[in-house]
Amino acid sequence: MENPKSIIKVEELQTSFYTHKGEIKAVDGVSFDVPSGKTLGIVGESGSGKSITSLSIMRLLEDPGKIKGGKITFNGEDLLAKSESNMRTIRGNRISMIFQEPMTSLNPVFTIGDQIAESYMIHEGLSKKQALRKALGMLELVGIPSPKDRLKAYPHELSGGMRQRAMIAIALACNPELLIADEPTTALDVTIQAQILRLINGLQEELGMSMMLITHDLGVVAETCDYVAVMYAGKIVEYADVDTLFKSPKHPYTVGLLQSLPRHDIDQDELNVIKGMVPRPDDLPEGCRFAPRCPFATRLCEEKLPSLDDIDDKNQVRCWIYNDQWDGPEVNVKDDYRTAQSD
Amino acid sequence: MTTELLRVTNLKQYFPIKGGILGRKVNDVKAVDDISFYVNAGETLSIVGESGCGKSTTGRAILRLDEPTAGEVSFNGKDLLALNKSEMRKMRKDLQIIFQDPYASINPRQTVRQVLNEAMEIQNVLPKDQREDRMMELMDTVGLGAHQLDRFPHEFSGGQRQRIGIARALSVDPKLIICDESVSALDVSIQAQVLNLLKKLQRELDLTYLFIAHDLGVVRHISDRVIVMYLGKIVEVADKKSLFDNPKHPYTKTLLSAIPVPDPTKQKEQIILKGDVPSPIDPPTGCRFHTRCPFATDKCKDEVPELRTTSDGMVAGHEAACHYIEEIESGEMKAKD
Repeated sequence: MENPKSIIKVEELQTSFYTHKGEIKAVDGVSFDVPSGKTLGIVGESGSGKSITSLSIMRLLEDPGKIKGGKITFNGEDLLAKSESNMRTIRGNRISMIFQEPMTSLNPVFTIGDQIAESYMIHEGLSKKQALRKALGMLELVGIPSPKDRLKAYPHELSGGMRQRAMIAIALACNPELLIADEPTTALDVTIQAQILRLINGLQEELGMSMMLITHDLGVVAETCDYVAVMYAGKIVEYADVDTLFKSPKHPYTVGLLQSLPRHDIDQDELNVIKGMVPRPDDLPEGCRFAPRCPFATRLCEEKLPSLDDIDDKNQVRCWIYNDQWDGPEVNVKDDYRTAQSD
Repeated sequence: MTTELLRVTNLKQYFPIKGGILGRKVNDVKAVDDISFYVNAGETLSIVGESGCGKSTTGRAILRLDEPTAGEVSFNGKDLLALNKSEMRKMRKDLQIIFQDPYASINPRQTVRQVLNEAMEIQNVLPKDQREDRMMELMDTVGLGAHQLDRFPHEFSGGQRQRIGIARALSVDPKLIICDESVSALDVSIQAQVLNLLKKLQRELDLTYLFIAHDLGVVRHISDRVIVMYLGKIVEVADKKSLFDNPKHPYTKTLLSAIPVPDPTKQKEQIILKGDVPSPIDPPTGCRFHTRCPFATDKCKDEVPELRTTSDGMVAGHEAACHYIEEIESGEMKAKD
């Protein structure tokens, strides 16, 4: 599977946390790239390692987290080889990030205007006055009403949706090449979520930036992403373009996830469930990490970890079913999941 | 035959705002403002809406966890608001609640056994010597193992803790369970497990649910009837099918169109609302949605619309609080930008 020119390439990234209980592999050999000008969605449930992946790219991990191995290439530059001061010139300038909860990522004692202006003063060396003028432009761009007054407002004076707009204004201030949005709308009500997603999509087109969207919401993925990587227990289990992923998902986890989603737009009888729960990161299964919950799992799955392989020119899947070594009966994962599950 | 289990009439819940040096009441947050509805025995009625619409407050007011400002709540023919404290406590045997975050609603220093035992003790459900068996049975019912009875809440995962919350509610054989965002904090795969469990329990134990949620996918899956609330008022009520297939209130339509669909090939028309939900301290006059409604006229600003059914296109029991249901339906009124 060849992708067009990519803005960022992550190869075999390994991030672990070293606790008194031993090493916890939060991200374990993750590779992907974000095609220039496109949006890559990373989906997964709690503990899948999706947020740690983005923090690793930004080199924002806190102790005891460490990047153990792998390579991150951003526009041809090796990010993991950069010094901390070099990273600072990249963060918030060429790669920006939006977080889930704007109230905790905005500074409560500075005005919105100051916080946007800071980016311009640090990265572009503007004076405070010039920076504030540009900040005003950003607030207009993200659709905050009466931006002049809002420049002087503190975060607590804004509603949740407005705060997220302010966050976006800060993140986009220096016209980044890559925007990493980590659950940007999860804390918002649906009508506000719709506003923010439309805003992000529009700005992406306007500014031509590339984007990584980290989310647990498959609906958000379907509406905003071009490519999708599905993560489970620290590994990517499936990668495809968005249409392919939703139309013909191949990995049993992806299929299970899609079938367990209660939909508001169609009638469903009983929801399909994925039995059991996500394995603890300090106690991962030896073989395929999804094997204990997978209705198709065989001995091979329990013993050996499958690799992420191209199975046609559209999907990359980490599953033995699509390998020559497969030792189970022939299955069509999408059609047979429900029956296999109930056995 | 359907029998009515719960009826809420003209319920109001105002929370006072105190201010000034004397701490006098300066205003109210009108969290729930004059709503009426009923729940039939054995059905699931859902209340949906965004943050601050009053859906959780309604649930709490019914149980008198917060004392309602005005209105009537009648359960099985008894007026709940007329009961004194100890009578109400006895009544709660029949009315249980499951909260969003089971970790915050279960005592972290009690084992599951203590949690369940305390509930049965307070409501005097079974003689002491039979409780052990009942607890085992409950654990099995909610899909946990009997060997986990002596564990503490922190030893369980989120989905399992929610099952403990369900077991505790079931331990006193309730008739009505209020589920307040009970599956919102769970991952999709676990959420599906808990939803299926709730449905199964309802079939087997003849339970009635008042299901409070913001996720319309979940609501469509579990409900028989649905109430949509906005800023303390009911804007639409209908059976599930009518509400999702034939919504009448502009707010319901917006809400439905705003949810992302996990299907990239589905082209849909999205109605994007302007602005935020206004403050419930000083809600808009007339129809509370008029400040954001694309159809609003002067009449909407002045007159509060009542819940009503139109003669055509709305099945019995489907009501919406909008002045212009017919005009919007016929296309006579167009959305303004």
